[in-house]
Amino acid sequence: MLIGKKPDIPSSAITSRDEYVRYQGRRRFLRTAAKTAAVAGAAVLGVERVAEIFAPRTGVLADTKLQTVKSPLTTTGEELTSFQDITHYNNFYEFGVDKGDPAKNAGGLPTRPWTVRVDGKVKNPKTFDIDSLLKLRPLEDRVYRHRCVERWSMVIPWVGYSLSEFINLCEPLSSAKYVQFLSYYDKHVEKWSSESTIFWPYSEGLRMDEAMHPLALLTVGMYGQVLPNQDGAPVRIVVPWKYGYKSAKSIVAVRFLDKVPPTTWNQMAPDEYGFYSNVNPNVDHPRWSQKLERRIGQPFYAQTRQTLLFNGYADQVGSLYAGMDLKKNH
Amino acid sequence: MKRSTLILLKTLTWIACLGPAGLLAYQAVTNTLGPDPTANIELTTGYNTLLLLILSLAISPVRKLMPRLTWLIKFRRLLGLFAFFYGTLHMLTYVALYANFDVHAMLADIQKRRFITMGVTAWLLLVPLAATSTNWAIRKLGGKQWNRLHSLVYVAAVCGIVHYWWQVKPGVLSPLNLTLVLGVLLALRPVLAWNQRRKMRAVAA
Repeated sequence: MLIGKKPDIPSSAITSRDEYVRYQGRRRFLRTAAKTAAVAGAAVLGVERVAEIFAPRTGVLADTKLQTVKSPLTTTGEELTSFQDITHYNNFYEFGVDKGDPAKNAGGLPTRPWTVRVDGKVKNPKTFDIDSLLKLRPLEDRVYRHRCVERWSMVIPWVGYSLSEFINLCEPLSSAKYVQFLSYYDKHVEKWSSESTIFWPYSEGLRMDEAMHPLALLTVGMYGQVLPNQDGAPVRIVVPWKYGYKSAKSIVAVRFLDKVPPTTWNQMAPDEYGFYSNVNPNVDHPRWSQKLERRIGQPFYAQTRQTLLFNGYADQVGSLYAGMDLKKNH
Repeated sequence: MKRSTLILLKTLTWIACLGPAGLLAYQAVTNTLGPDPTANIELTTGYNTLLLLILSLAISPVRKLMPRLTWLIKFRRLLGLFAFFYGTLHMLTYVALYANFDVHAMLADIQKRRFITMGVTAWLLLVPLAATSTNWAIRKLGGKQWNRLHSLVYVAAVCGIVHYWWQVKPGVLSPLNLTLVLGVLLALRPVLAWNQRRKMRAVAA
């Protein structure tokens, strides 16, 4: 367990994005160094197994089953989107801009070893190892509707536990008003990231009360198994009442802040992608209406359906936005 | 060119042009259009509209650069009409599957959404061109008039490309390849025209 372990670098030195990118470079260097050493050792001893023991495991098979429990927060009455469609039709621009690209290209995502760094307005910066994250709380099956800003939607059986449970362990200070999530970025692993002009790493964020809402899910699996790489392995955020891009994938850092964090799509086009990005049929995207959506996996004549306010979770999350102008704060 | 060769090449062109539409129809019947059938139909028809439009625009410059290929002119109308065919399928997909035949929604879209405004403009520009594509219309209009009218195809192609850029997310570069090809074709036009004038002067002198 790495909880409580002193970070490698003082928090004062890890506040900028540039620093973060350098940190990623170091991760890569260490991994390469470890691999080289292991391979060299194996060559000297002539024992293949040595390489297996010393080379860092770079992935956990996606079909690894997870122990899960039922959750009262799961969505009922919806037909699940197939595993095939969820894993072969999604956006993960680090692995290419086409919907089928992530499935093709995300194989090299090194999901082991994996740590999530917690810093910013917290009592003590911490680093969580992925295997400890998997054991912090019982893993729950949570079926959620997923609505992409591009007007397609799915119903996905995620596995995880409330983000709030994780945040409590992070011990944020009372000055923490927002939380930022930074995704893994390594241009050598994600060489398709240059297909768009996005400034990496991918960054997303939530207001603290949104992040503490029980529906916000720290997600480690899907369909009862470990997350497939292309869907944000090994750990991601799922915020079901917001457009999909708010749910950052492959998280390596969680940062608590006293001001709104810069978020990727909002920086690319602030008029199109607001910080809140709540699913709302009454607030048009500047380039298209959000009244209707297309359910993935249905025949073309049966795809179209009405989009619901807060993606159908208005009863649960509506109070978070009481009195707010949802058009202005889109 | 021998008549039989021409017939063979024309048949192959028809098959190639009908290919994407045939595949879509087959996939629709067998329910294998992929996870998002509507988007698949819309993207495939839209992309092929632009591709065929650009191919038809490439014919004149290629003929001027390679006199041996002058017979390519026999294929320009075919490509242009297939571009219109795919553009029409593209627009009908929007009407039926995106707008759900909701006239108010469509009018609002055309008014408010610049990528839709641009797409509709591009399609409307192609309508008179498709309508005057017959030999009868060419004779009736006269070559000069007809040529002037049909230079609208450049405007339509530019509108189509702008429509594509405005549709994709900011920062996404998927329309880049078609844009570059169209850019080269547009830039070639004045260069080739100048070259031809120079040659004609040389002949006259």
